[in-house]
Amino acid sequence: MISVQADDFDIAHEYELIRKRAGDAGAIVTFTGLVREVYDHGETESEKIQSLFLEHYPGMTEKSLQSIVDTANEKWSLLDTRVIHRVGALNPNDQIVFVGTASAHRQNAFDAARFIMDFLKSEAPFWKRQATESGVEWIESRQSDADAIDTWKDS
Amino acid sequence: MIQIHYFASIREQLEKDKEQISLPDGVASIDELISHLQTTDPKFNAVINTNNKVLVAVNQTVVDRSYKLSENDEIAFFPPMTGG
Repeated sequence: MISVQADDFDIAHEYELIRKRAGDAGAIVTFTGLVREVYDHGETESEKIQSLFLEHYPGMTEKSLQSIVDTANEKWSLLDTRVIHRVGALNPNDQIVFVGTASAHRQNAFDAARFIMDFLKSEAPFWKRQATESGVEWIESRQSDADAIDTWKDS
Repeated sequence: MIQIHYFASIREQLEKDKEQISLPDGVASIDELISHLQTTDPKFNAVINTNNKVLVAVNQTVVDRSYKLSENDEIAFFPPMTGG
């Protein structure tokens, strides 16, 4: 199940829902992404983030997330998956993304959660704009995120 | 007609989020559409020249620039994604 929403989410509640939907699962892995206080530019100076704005492409966002989840389901025979991504105005320490995977054994749930996050970062149409003391700027994509995708190429 | 959507920094550079245009004569691919927009819109030309990477989606799937366009396609231009 996929949600793209402005509202916050409750991890305990999501976990319980996954547990109910997954039936005879032996493992549930959950990942939560947060808005950092300081964004590492890869340069010497880093400034405190005052706020973050997340733009997305309605329609394509859901479609691309569904495609990532479908691929993960095929690869790891998951018993349940849950993806929540927030959009709009966010503040430091806010929850921004949730991925939950359930499978019979832990390795599939771990691998699938990492796979979904890695592809979500580079293939789902979200864009972050941050406000700091020196102004507002769009965050640029990182080479490390592209490299994360490459680690899956031979698997 | 084709619909063109613009997102994030590209939307801001162009000062518009979407437009509807007739598929111009001689424009059959994304590459040709980009060239056409570069000659008709100086701001679009600046977007292509100032961004390291501009991604293109047709009907909500990322495609490469040789992709052949059809009537009623929904096209989108945007910078690399930064979600998660």
